[in-house]
Amino acid sequence: MVRFPRLAAVVPFLTALVLVGCASEDGGVQSQKLATIKARGTVVCGVDGKLTGFSFVAPDGSYSGLDVDVCKAVAAALFGDPAKVDYRDLNSSERFAALASGEVDLLSRNTTLTLSRDASGGNGLSFAPTTFYDGQGVMVPAASGIKGLKELAGKPICVESGTTTELNLADRMREINAAYTPLKFQTADQTYSAYLQGRCVAVTSDRSQLAAKRTGFPTPAAHTLLPEVLSKEPLTPATVNADPGWADAVRWTIYALMQAEELGITQANVAAKVVEAKANPNLADLRRFLGVEGDFGNQLGLPPDFVVKAITAVGNYGEVFERNVGSGSKLKLERGLNRQWKEGGLIYSPPFR
Amino acid sequence: MGPSLGPAATTPWWRNRRVVPFAVQAAAGLVVLVVVAFLLGNLVRNLTAAGLLLSWSWLDNPAGFDLAESSIPFSASQPYWLALLAGLVNTLKVVVVGLVGATLLGTAVGSAAFSSNGLLKRLARGYVELVRNIPLLLQLVFWYFVVFLALPNGVNAIQLPGLVLAKSGLYLGWFGEGWQWQLPQLTGGVWHAPLRLSVEFGALLTGLVVYTAAFIAEVVRGGIAAVPQGQWEAARCLGFSPLVTLRRIVMPQALRVIVPGLNSQYISLAKNSSLAVACGYTDLYSVAETTLNQTGRAVEVVVLLLGSYLVIDLLISALMNGLNAAVQLKER
Repeated sequence: MVRFPRLAAVVPFLTALVLVGCASEDGGVQSQKLATIKARGTVVCGVDGKLTGFSFVAPDGSYSGLDVDVCKAVAAALFGDPAKVDYRDLNSSERFAALASGEVDLLSRNTTLTLSRDASGGNGLSFAPTTFYDGQGVMVPAASGIKGLKELAGKPICVESGTTTELNLADRMREINAAYTPLKFQTADQTYSAYLQGRCVAVTSDRSQLAAKRTGFPTPAAHTLLPEVLSKEPLTPATVNADPGWADAVRWTIYALMQAEELGITQANVAAKVVEAKANPNLADLRRFLGVEGDFGNQLGLPPDFVVKAITAVGNYGEVFERNVGSGSKLKLERGLNRQWKEGGLIYSPPFR
Repeated sequence: MGPSLGPAATTPWWRNRRVVPFAVQAAAGLVVLVVVAFLLGNLVRNLTAAGLLLSWSWLDNPAGFDLAESSIPFSASQPYWLALLAGLVNTLKVVVVGLVGATLLGTAVGSAAFSSNGLLKRLARGYVELVRNIPLLLQLVFWYFVVFLALPNGVNAIQLPGLVLAKSGLYLGWFGEGWQWQLPQLTGGVWHAPLRLSVEFGALLTGLVVYTAAFIAEVVRGGIAAVPQGQWEAARCLGFSPLVTLRRIVMPQALRVIVPGLNSQYISLAKNSSLAVACGYTDLYSVAETTLNQTGRAVEVVVLLLGSYLVIDLLISALMNGLNAAVQLKER
């Protein structure tokens, strides 16, 4: 019994020793995460996996979509190869835990940027630039004749648990003073099955997601979106707060895609633009952007030509949009708020200086 | 020299019967202590690094979300703790009703294995084998999406005496105002009844009862089989009918074997109720998940969840241990 207190005193010391090793993994040097990813050789990217247009697994196991292209662009910027990505399908409840625990490096999963998710006192995420400006919508069967939110009073509405849509729905219905029954399901599949089975008169989610899911319904034309937009849903990739170096690398890779569209650089002409920039020392902006001169890549811990690699892999932001959710896709979504700032949209890259 | 040293004194300490068990226990205790201290230290350290030290003040913040069903008055402007409490009440509701239902069905099926009616016997056997070999989650999805969501609405609803099954809910006859017995009524295409249960509750309850009853049936069958055959034969000689024999002679003896086995089945039922989220029922787990998502307070919410299920299961255990003591043979 005499020995016990001495041993007890050793325990915290031992624990502390082991923990020092744990802690240096995340904090300390600015881009420890970047070093880990480089050593591993792949980026682990958390995606939805079941959302046409954003991230969808094809029967052969290949991933495609707007969210997936963000992962590919980051992998290309790092390794010059868009295939160096390990995808993890995450549902909306497990996504933040997966990111916080380091199971995924990057969360590119139609996630809305909000204060509580960004704040260190909340989920503690670090958000990259918004890749899709969305809004929450409500879908009803066309035959129901429902034209507005008010007509949903007293009716059951299907919603996926663990989403911002759940909260927004509660807020809007309270504003119009309408009681309703939220039926919550853990996965999108369950939510939409319950809606299709007629348990709910409406289903609510981001308008892009509703449009995407509708393409998979037996008769897509039998369902309509209500005109009301319930909320702002800026869908944004995220990394953990604790590693600003890694967050910067992701942020500027995404900005590069946006800047490329503004400069008219496409997947098809990027090689020619590099040749042009190398030949003409007067094109200083273009030379810096494409990494022909300056050290932007080095400052981020990325290769000097990371912009060229990212664009070669997925094209500029406009190409990514049109291919996955716009005119070149089944969804046929309008650019809307997702146009370049010069055309009245919100897509705006800060200068590459 | 003092008194001569006995043989015990020459035994080395590592073969000493008093020292060795003590040392082993001390070492095992130390390992547990180090592991727990490491895990707790790790948690506190990482939470501190992330600026997320345990705090409970958020429980008083308004929840901001509605609940599909609640047995206590709740609205979105009320605090998180009340939402979690409403979820807990919903969990208890399905657990208590489920325990009663599973016990009745399980006992009936377990006793049917001893029936002289061959069809009944085989049906009971088939039911047990079918149900206990399919995962509960699949069964819940089946009950909800295939059975309950396929119910018709309005005039076409399935009408049984005192009970109407519709997609909009299960309507039961009950005592309304002034203790008047009221039957479900159809007014304007919508059913009304003094007691309405949601189809989510119905699906979860059915799933839990059907699943747990299969296991209880086996426990009951084992208990009855443990009673010597001679007891049946003696009762038959005395002119007891099979049903009276079961109730008055066999069951009281079988209970001594059955009750300890029931305990773990009851506990499983309580824990399995957390699969409610598969069929959209607003149980404690479902509310906790929404709370976790909105507050980001993962550790606190999970601690609350763990604590709640632990308390529910310990309560069930305590009650069952009491029952066990009551049915055991009283020895003097």
